[in-house]
Amino acid sequence: MAFEGLTERLQNAMTKLRRKPTVSEADLRETMREIRLALLEADVNFKVVKDFVKQVRERASGAEVLKGLNPAQQIVKIVNEELTSTMGTEAVALNKSDKIPTVIMMAGLQGAGKTTTAGKLALKLKNEENARPMFIAADVYRPAAIDQLEQVAKSIDVPVFQLGTDVDPVEIVRQGMQQARDQHNDYVIIDTAGRLQIDEKLMGELVNIADLAKPDEILLVVDAMTGQNAVETAQGFNDQLELTGVILTKLDGDTRGGAALSIRAVTGKPIKFVGQGEKMTDLDVFHPDRMASRILGMGDMLTLIEKA
Amino acid sequence: ANFRRVDEDFFDNLEEALIESDVGFEMAVSLSDQLREEVKLQNAKSQQEVTNVIIEKLVDIYEQQGKNEDNHIHLAATGPTVLLFVGVNGVGKTTTIGKMAAMYQRHGKKVLLAAADTFRAGATEQLQVWGKRDHVKVVTGPDQGDPAAVVFDAVKQAKDENYDVLFVDTAGRLQNKVNLMNELAKMKRIISREIETAPHEVLLVLDATTGQNALTQAKLFKESTDVTGIVLTKLDGTARGGIVLAIRNELHLPVKLVGLGEQVDDLQAFDASEFVYGLFKDLVKTND
Ligand SMILES: Nc1nc2c(ncn2[C@@H]2O[C@H](COP(=O)(O)OP(=O)(O)OP(=O)(O)O)[C@@H](O)[C@H]2O)c(=O)[nH]1
Ligand SMILES: Nc1nc2c(ncn2[C@@H]2O[C@H](COP(=O)(O)OP(=O)(O)OP(=O)(O)O)[C@@H](O)[C@H]2O)c(=O)[nH]1
Ligand SMILES: [Mg+2]
Ligand SMILES: [Mg+2]
Repeated sequence: MAFEGLTERLQNAMTKLRRKPTVSEADLRETMREIRLALLEADVNFKVVKDFVKQVRERASGAEVLKGLNPAQQIVKIVNEELTSTMGTEAVALNKSDKIPTVIMMAGLQGAGKTTTAGKLALKLKNEENARPMFIAADVYRPAAIDQLEQVAKSIDVPVFQLGTDVDPVEIVRQGMQQARDQHNDYVIIDTAGRLQIDEKLMGELVNIADLAKPDEILLVVDAMTGQNAVETAQGFNDQLELTGVILTKLDGDTRGGAALSIRAVTGKPIKFVGQGEKMTDLDVFHPDRMASRILGMGDMLTLIEKA
Repeated sequence: ANFRRVDEDFFDNLEEALIESDVGFEMAVSLSDQLREEVKLQNAKSQQEVTNVIIEKLVDIYEQQGKNEDNHIHLAATGPTVLLFVGVNGVGKTTTIGKMAAMYQRHGKKVLLAAADTFRAGATEQLQVWGKRDHVKVVTGPDQGDPAAVVFDAVKQAKDENYDVLFVDTAGRLQNKVNLMNELAKMKRIISREIETAPHEVLLVLDATTGQNALTQAKLFKESTDVTGIVLTKLDGTARGGIVLAIRNELHLPVKLVGLGEQVDDLQAFDASEFVYGLFKDLVKTND
């Protein structure tokens, strides 16, 4: 891969840097160039990279170098800490309503993994809380979207409320909410159709669904392989919907997942879970520190630094 | 705008616009260097001239990587043409088949679809909805059954019943999953065993919103299934799909079609100049 050389390049840069008690401007310049490149290659949005680099510079400039580290390692340590803290430091749990049902709405671009993730969440709630979730099938556009949700639901034994594809999604949600209240489901998970954040009509539909169902969670589902555009997508959805959290999918691939940093930086919303496969059990809580080292792609060096 | 203004800020902004289009950092730097040279060489002055030079040069760079290449979809001289669709999860394989099948059907071809994604929930039903819309037949297998068996059945039907074009839909798979990539290679081998010249195209479907990972996707799918071309989907969104420039550069794979929406007509032949203009059009607009 393109960045395999990063650790080596950094090591090279470091040998040039003499051991000094504090980080100098020269150390910073040399090291930050490589960091900047690593972040861009990891698909972190370039504006986010700019701000981030500036922030690290301010903190690292003149910083004391810890024993056992050289200046470049010290900078990487700071980068890693800043990256982790930008992404949220610790895992954030799902919001829960005081009275049932807690309503969770899935939103995102086409093919991001909303329907699959809805299934994973329901299974998680069943397993961990003995919950009785219900799905509302509010995607009337994608061919066989309801079939897909029903098959997912059947595999984890969760009921689906659906009215076919000829009824307006807002009306489907209205009737679905009524049924959930009647049947005392403790969670309602609304599966919505994928849409572009610039699609005014379909974004309007989501807003109407949210106004009606008053979700406790509006989760933006984002493909971890997303490039620079993650910023625009996240901002677009967040501006129109007021997201409560993000789920990053397809992290079982070999992408570095820089979108995680971009999204967090522009929305400030927590990444709550990550999808790690196609099976219903492939959902994990988000660990900012693991994500940071994945984005940096410097596993070896970080281990070294942690030992120092 | 006058040349001085274009000269100074323009190329820094161009580099950023290219990065923002996902062409990748190194590619962006190298491209904007080449473009700066070219603009100087051609002595372009006005905004319009500079824009034209850049488009021409970018198209040129794109096309250099595939001289004498035929960007069309290859059809068999005789007997059924087999088109195999591959790619990671959720990129638009099934939808693209739905759109393309309608196109060939309209052109009077006898079209058959193979639902060789037996894995994902609702995948067969999804292709069946497209089959119904397009009035074309779909060969299916049991849920969770062997996808290679569906492929085998479909190829046999295509031969026996004189179909012109067979579209094979496969399950999305991430390129780092070795077993799944082997399964795909097996499907391809079965096609070749049944029809020597087939598959006539192996189309890798890429989502334009994908960043640098698309390069790895192209590399590994090419290794396992000998990809012949790319379908770049979801270009109707705000993503630019710049990574195909890097793919072109390293792997010499051409984009053959672009997806521009979810409806049956939202598919077009790839137009290199329109595409490269899209990579930096915002920049030109704000400088107007
Ligand atoms: N490898 C992997 N695949 C995933 C993951 N999450 C979802 N997928 C796959 O991604 C594809 C798209 O998932 P869907 O759940 O249909 O996505 P969606 O957002 O509901 O799609 P639309 O409703 O069409 O917008 C499917 O092939 C899923 O199996 C994940 O975490 N890892
Ligand atoms: N906006 C837009 N959406 C598209 C385009 N092509 C496909 N989609 C949508 O993207 C989602 C996924 O498309 P599919 O055709 O199911 O993708 P796939 O590659 O077959 O997915 P898997 O089989 O799950 O791997 C669906 O909601 C499609 O409607 C496109 O060009 N533009
Ligand atoms: Mg869905
Ligand atoms: Mg499919």
